Amino acid sequence: MLAKRIIPCLDIRDGQTVKGVNFVNIINVGDPVELGKLYAEQGADELVFLDITATHEGRKTFVELVKRIARNLDIPFTVGGGISEIRDAEALLAAGADKISINSSAVRNPQLIDDLARNFGSQFVVVAIDAREVHDYWTVTVNGGRIPTDKELFSWAKEAESRGAGEILFTSMNHDGTKNGFANNELAKLSDNLTIPLIASGGAGSMEHFADVFTLGKADAGLAASIFHFHEIAIPDLKHYLRGRGICVR
Amino acid sequence: MKVVIIKYNAGNIRSVDFALQRLGVSALITDDHDEIRSADRIIFPGVGEASTTMSYLAAHKLDTLICDLRQPVLGVCLGLQLMCTHSEEGDTTCLGIFPEKVRKFELLSTDSSSFKIPHMGWNSVSDLKTPLFSGISENDYFYFVHSFYATAGPDTAATCDYLIPFSAALQRDNFYATQFHPEKSGATGAKILSNFINLNV
Repeated sequence: MLAKRIIPCLDIRDGQTVKGVNFVNIINVGDPVELGKLYAEQGADELVFLDITATHEGRKTFVELVKRIARNLDIPFTVGGGISEIRDAEALLAAGADKISINSSAVRNPQLIDDLARNFGSQFVVVAIDAREVHDYWTVTVNGGRIPTDKELFSWAKEAESRGAGEILFTSMNHDGTKNGFANNELAKLSDNLTIPLIASGGAGSMEHFADVFTLGKADAGLAASIFHFHEIAIPDLKHYLRGRGICVR
Repeated sequence: MKVVIIKYNAGNIRSVDFALQRLGVSALITDDHDEIRSADRIIFPGVGEASTTMSYLAAHKLDTLICDLRQPVLGVCLGLQLMCTHSEEGDTTCLGIFPEKVRKFELLSTDSSSFKIPHMGWNSVSDLKTPLFSGISENDYFYFVHSFYATAGPDTAATCDYLIPFSAALQRDNFYATQFHPEKSGATGAKILSNFINLNV
């Protein structure tokens, strides 16, 4: 049976894993390669590395880092952050990335999804969507949730799928950082509407939240960052717990 | 031991090379016919689209070369599919090493929403045959990413069930192939690669 995936997400700045709340009080939590290997050994099913560096020098550092990750890691990994054209993706593929994730650049230029899928295959293209709910309406946002766009969550996810996305990574900005659980209602609705896999992000605070996101939220994978980095939940414990709840995990 | 990875327009050549390096095996990545023919082990990777890849192989005369090899060959992912007779992807005639057809996963309206295409993630395999799986337990997990699958048949060396039971691995004579990605399947995947390198021939 296809296992539900647990995906730790590592934010990278200038080649180091960092974790902060809303880009302030950023704490360095170590070498991404070592942390990634540790998570892989503990049973993480995939990893996501998001480059939050803005500078040109930082970008080059990130591509070098992706090469080191690919050399050392024996599970699949997705890289994201700052990918706005084909050649950005090409450099990351050549460095050994299994998938790339695009977010703001896809909102600004939806054709980028088609172009990436045609050039590298749908399996390479994850479309990340950050959305915020106000009065029952889910607006797609960019720049870490700060800027609302004219797109609506459910129609944008469907459009991304039809343009060739291989997976959707949905982060609820209402739930992100709260540790009160994932946006299960919206996730279930997305999962029912999509034929491609759905990764849930935002709100993980306990092991029960992961059980909920796979049952109530119908997600194919659950992503989280700080609860893993700050050792609040250990991946082996989480897998054991989910198995006990009758959820298929590796 | 000379290990060659066939170089062509496949997406996962670097990952396969890195996985071999982690096992202490240094592979030659080449499309040179003499180098491939003189290798002890040959890996035929593959991430891409079937018809364009078969055209590329034919244009470089790699299609007949692969079929004529007598040393152990390991196809991975699209590599496995191209070693079958025909693929629905681009209505492509393939190498015909394994007597199986490659079909597209189809979702029926009666299927639960838990089935997605591509089949992406870790799935368990069973009915393990051949020394490729020595030391691997029934129902161990491997990483899959694919929208097309090879049907199950006499050469099936491992079965995976997703919407339908299909060939997770195939074997005939010196030809081995896995639909999953051993290079991305953690310790169990590394074991498959090391079993392939260490086959008794």
